[in-house]
Amino acid sequence: MTGLTVLIPIALGMGGMGLLAFFWTMKSGQYDDMDGAANRILIDEEEDR
Amino acid sequence: MTEHSRIELADADHLSDHRFTVPGMRCAGCISKIERELPKFAGIEAARVNFSAKRVAVRHDPALGEDAILRAFEKLGFEAQPAADNPLGQDDAESKKLVRAVAVAGFGMMNIMLLSVSVWSGATGVTREMFHWLSALIALPVIAYSGRPFFASALMALRYGRTNMDVPISIGVLLATALSIFETATGGEHAYFDGAVMLLFFLLTGRALDAAMRNKARSGISALLSHLGRGASVVNPDGTTRWIRAEDLEPDMVMVVAAGEALAADGRIISGTTTIDNSMLTGESRPQPAGPGMIVYAGASNLSDPITVELTATRDDMAIAEIARLMDEAGQSRSRYVRIADRAARLYAPAVHSLALLAFAGWMIAGAGWYQSLTIAIAVLIITCPCALGLAVPAAQVVASNALLKCGLLVKDGSALERLAQADIVLFDKTGTLTLGQPRPINLDELGADDRGIALALAQASRHPLSKGLAAALQSEGAAPAHLDQIAETAGIGVSGEWRGLPVALRRAPSGSDNPASELLVGERRVRLEFADQLRPDVTETLAKLEELGLSGQIVSGDREEVAASLGRDLGVPAIGAMLPGAKLERLEALKTQGHFPLMVGDGLNDGPALAAAHVSIAPGSASDVSQQAADAVFVGESLLPVAKAIRTARQTMRIVRQNFAFAIGYNVLAVPLALAGLVTPLVAAIAMSGSSIIVVANSLRLARSAR
Repeated sequence: MTGLTVLIPIALGMGGMGLLAFFWTMKSGQYDDMDGAANRILIDEEEDR
Repeated sequence: MTEHSRIELADADHLSDHRFTVPGMRCAGCISKIERELPKFAGIEAARVNFSAKRVAVRHDPALGEDAILRAFEKLGFEAQPAADNPLGQDDAESKKLVRAVAVAGFGMMNIMLLSVSVWSGATGVTREMFHWLSALIALPVIAYSGRPFFASALMALRYGRTNMDVPISIGVLLATALSIFETATGGEHAYFDGAVMLLFFLLTGRALDAAMRNKARSGISALLSHLGRGASVVNPDGTTRWIRAEDLEPDMVMVVAAGEALAADGRIISGTTTIDNSMLTGESRPQPAGPGMIVYAGASNLSDPITVELTATRDDMAIAEIARLMDEAGQSRSRYVRIADRAARLYAPAVHSLALLAFAGWMIAGAGWYQSLTIAIAVLIITCPCALGLAVPAAQVVASNALLKCGLLVKDGSALERLAQADIVLFDKTGTLTLGQPRPINLDELGADDRGIALALAQASRHPLSKGLAAALQSEGAAPAHLDQIAETAGIGVSGEWRGLPVALRRAPSGSDNPASELLVGERRVRLEFADQLRPDVTETLAKLEELGLSGQIVSGDREEVAASLGRDLGVPAIGAMLPGAKLERLEALKTQGHFPLMVGDGLNDGPALAAAHVSIAPGSASDVSQQAADAVFVGESLLPVAKAIRTARQTMRIVRQNFAFAIGYNVLAVPLALAGLVTPLVAAIAMSGSSIIVVANSLRLARSAR
């Protein structure tokens, strides 16, 4: 039982962190342009940056 | 991400933002070209591409006008149009809210399940009580947050004395939660927190899918909408021109309309002779010559030469205004359509509620205590709660509309798919719908292989409508552009260049026939190219396929009677010509009163009212903005085949939806007796719900290949 009092908050905290991370990705617009993100990987960023 | 933050860091006070739609972006190269090259133009600070929406946000010096930025795009080789001011309206916010609710419900569901597993596997006493309390602690805020979309909509329906799918859902969730709290507080055996949250999760997934589908179609359509003709270049007293939005135009202003541009307002030509294409407005396919003194109407497009026009009417008394009024009236009938999910809910909700009530009364009479009777009644509510029903419709429709999207048809929402499946008669507009609505060369076979290459190279250098038609026709026949030097375009005359030392040109032809024409010069040789509006490539095949599906076709055209009739004879379908927008509307009403469900396919402004009034409607991507907005679906490209595919896929979708419904009901038939007998534990409810939801989704995925 004492183990549970430690483990359950940890489990909830980790789940909550995942949830917050998801909210953050939504808020910072990472799902706004999915096709663009897939294409941008092909852009060569070397020149003039 | 780097580009993004750079835009945000830039000195925002001195710069203004504008959004442009650039439909021509196709690859990573286009993204980098725009983002790197555009800021090199004077006055442009930064550009950020949204590839999915085919949109570019440009941050620039406010002194720089919209048309200067459009020219910059043009120099990079992209056709751009200013996007509407508020491109991502409320719908986007709504779908984001739904995704957040799904995430929260998912989080709650997983954690509560974790706790429930130990309860199911036999935890007793203090452990069970503690786990129930913990579940309550997680479930209450989750239900309060994720349940809002349902509670709000159920409340709205009840306020107007109606019922929809959300009413039984809300009642089920709320009662289950209340009972679970009571059970937890009194140290009872069963708590249904897991069931309630899981129900919310699956239903929200359905809603989020539905919203995603609508957004995708809408952003696709807004990328297609042309914004030409939404404004005009007005001549200032000092001879310079400035761009004015259509709504700010006033009578007596003088506007310059370049070749290929649409007119933004009614007016009288004061200089220049040209040919005017009225097909959007009237359906008339033959371009009409126009010269000084003639009245031209908004929505028509200028085909051959620049003209200056003095405006005679304001926005409210233009020729288009009458069409807009008809459309407002016509659009009302469609809002009466009730979606299949809500029709099901109308039968389902009362049945479920009376069943639960009966269970309660039955057990009371049988001598069980009120507590046990209530528990059983709530178990009935939970087990019948339409998890699978809530997913049955959106899951199938999302998969189907994605499949259609891949073959070039954007369906605006699920109700459009349902109505498409019902269609039993098709009305086609002629010009721009069965035909391409663009002048195409009719005597291409007079050109040799070299001529074709030269003509293509010249035509590609020009934005004149005839050149565009020529280039499209040559490309579709597989011609490759020849290498030319010194290409130059002279407005109103043509394009010239040099090919292996020979002077070559594509220019205006001396008038000679009804058709617009241009002339190809290679050295001393001249070839006259005549243009006419031609049929889309797959018209016959499409009509045959529709016939196979049991839909008979008809042509309703605003074009001259004999033109419509001869096309009708060629295609073997009845055709009526010379129809005004009002007449098309009457024809649709007549069909509807006969009990038909007409599908209208049309593109022009004159089809707008008919598109809005028909049971369901489809417009080509080249249609006027008004028509694309009025239509339920838009297809892109030259082929008409997506129309037939749309009907077939819509019918398949409805078949899958019905299977899903049948499955959901079948599952209820099995589960309800268990619930009535008082045998449903939270474990049974959880297995039943997730099992039925997964089967419904899997069944819907079969539609992914349907549009091929």
